Amino acid sequence: MLLLAFDTATPAVTAAVCEPDGAAVRIRAAASAVDARRHGELLAPGIRDVLARADASPADLTHIAVGIGPGPYTGLRVGLATAHALAEALGIACHGVATLDAIAHASGRDTPFIAASDARRKEVFWARYADSATRVGDIAVDRPADVPADGLPVIGHGARLYADVFGQDADAAEPLYPSAAALGEVAVLRLLAGAELPEPRPLYLRRPDAQVPGAPKRVSAVRGPAARA
Amino acid sequence: MSTTDLPLILGIESSCDETGVGLVRGCELLSDQVASSVAEHARFGGVVPEVASRAHLEAMTPTLHRALDGAGVKLADVDAIAVTAGPGLAGALLVGVSAAKAYALALDKPLYGVNHLVGHVAVDQLEHGPLPKPTVALLVSGGHTSLLLVRDLATDVRLLGDTVDDAAGEAYDKVARLLDLPYPGGPPIDRAAREGDPSAIRFPRGKWGDGTYDFSFSGLKTAVARWVEESERSGSPLSVPDVAAAFQEAVVDVLTRKAVDACRAHGVEHLVISGGVAANSRLRALAEERCARAGIELRVPRPRLCTDNGAMIAALGAEVVAAGLPPSTLDLATDTSLPVSQVLAG
Repeated sequence: MLLLAFDTATPAVTAAVCEPDGAAVRIRAAASAVDARRHGELLAPGIRDVLARADASPADLTHIAVGIGPGPYTGLRVGLATAHALAEALGIACHGVATLDAIAHASGRDTPFIAASDARRKEVFWARYADSATRVGDIAVDRPADVPADGLPVIGHGARLYADVFGQDADAAEPLYPSAAALGEVAVLRLLAGAELPEPRPLYLRRPDAQVPGAPKRVSAVRGPAARA
Repeated sequence: MSTTDLPLILGIESSCDETGVGLVRGCELLSDQVASSVAEHARFGGVVPEVASRAHLEAMTPTLHRALDGAGVKLADVDAIAVTAGPGLAGALLVGVSAAKAYALALDKPLYGVNHLVGHVAVDQLEHGPLPKPTVALLVSGGHTSLLLVRDLATDVRLLGDTVDDAAGEAYDKVARLLDLPYPGGPPIDRAAREGDPSAIRFPRGKWGDGTYDFSFSGLKTAVARWVEESERSGSPLSVPDVAAAFQEAVVDVLTRKAVDACRAHGVEHLVISGGVAANSRLRALAEERCARAGIELRVPRPRLCTDNGAMIAALGAEVVAAGLPPSTLDLATDTSLPVSQVLAG
């Protein structure tokens, strides 16, 4: 198994090449850059570079694991469109990993916590974890004040942005972003364990913003007393 | 050289609400598959960018499969990949460009980020063969209304004029709403106009005879709105066919006149009309009449090729490859307002 992992659901654009090493996971190469506005420009060269550093060609890959968010949609889709097309062209399996699961995994925590990422519009995407490998329940989108943190530590960029709401030190939020190394580890470990991975489809959690228009605006001058006022 | 010796070009289009994948060798169209999200936008009266972007991601792989099957080729047979890099909706463009980069990376084949507008001109080669040089092109769609002077599809495209406000297709959509006709507005207005009298109302021709090749349709739309409101206020019955016919006449009158003027001024004997509005029956008829009178050869691709599709991007890709232009790099950026003079992005 040689697995290419990447994620574009947060300001981080991250890619890694990993493989099983006994019951563990060996990261052959990994790279990340943080630039919320350039996912589309950074991802493909990033993948090419980690492949080169892993001394692998695309044809050597057997699996792809991609972060399915949730996260800002335009960036999120860069990863998914890339994953679908790579898997199609290479004829290999493609799996999804929830982006928060990768952040949780990298935390290495063995007690309960919450992972939260920035959902914009003053909201966070969040989920509760029993430990770094075990999510409890579904991922949700809420205002920070409405997240039932119950005094649990909160990690991720959402925790840093709203440290005051969560009542914790902004520095306690690490790791802020997912790393593809962690995402790849999650994927390889679950595949080795014979566990299911999500389909590589985006977690949007919100409907598109769109309003059905009302009647066309009037263009004629208003007649009657109001017009003279 | 027979076309089988020419490189097989995969074209990917996702600039607005159509996911298009096409395969082309030279001027030969091998396959053209489009998935449209237009029905999902209809109740909003216009394209909703996030709805379009979501639909592109869902449609890309199935549309690719249909295109490959239609051409009887495998993805590994593709020699180069062309993709719309702009202009268009940011989030929509990014889906196609991300997929195209991944295909290029996986197959180790060159990638060309090309201009959507020039693709609308290049597509005519798939129907009528190599484009005469030079050619004037009139591009009319829901997003664009431009006059171009095309000396060479790959290397020399100049913008002669553009709309200063609404695109022609946008004016059709807005007027359709005023007349309680469905979205998109082009086909229902075209149909209604056939029963109407184009001279029943004299609507304004924006930028008529102003010495430029620019267009304006916002004043026309307002004039139609005034007309509709006035008839409501006075209680006189509104003839939808007459309003549609008179509105359509004002649009196509100024489009065809400026296009023919541009040909004359530049000594060009060939005009291509393309883009979604090129499917309009009155635009085709009036353009034929005026071109015949002016001794200009008119080329209009069939309606299917006039609207957004991947074949047009493959057709332009074939030109760019044939011209020996350097491929785009994997850090190719999308450009929502890519100027038409820039055939190759980045």
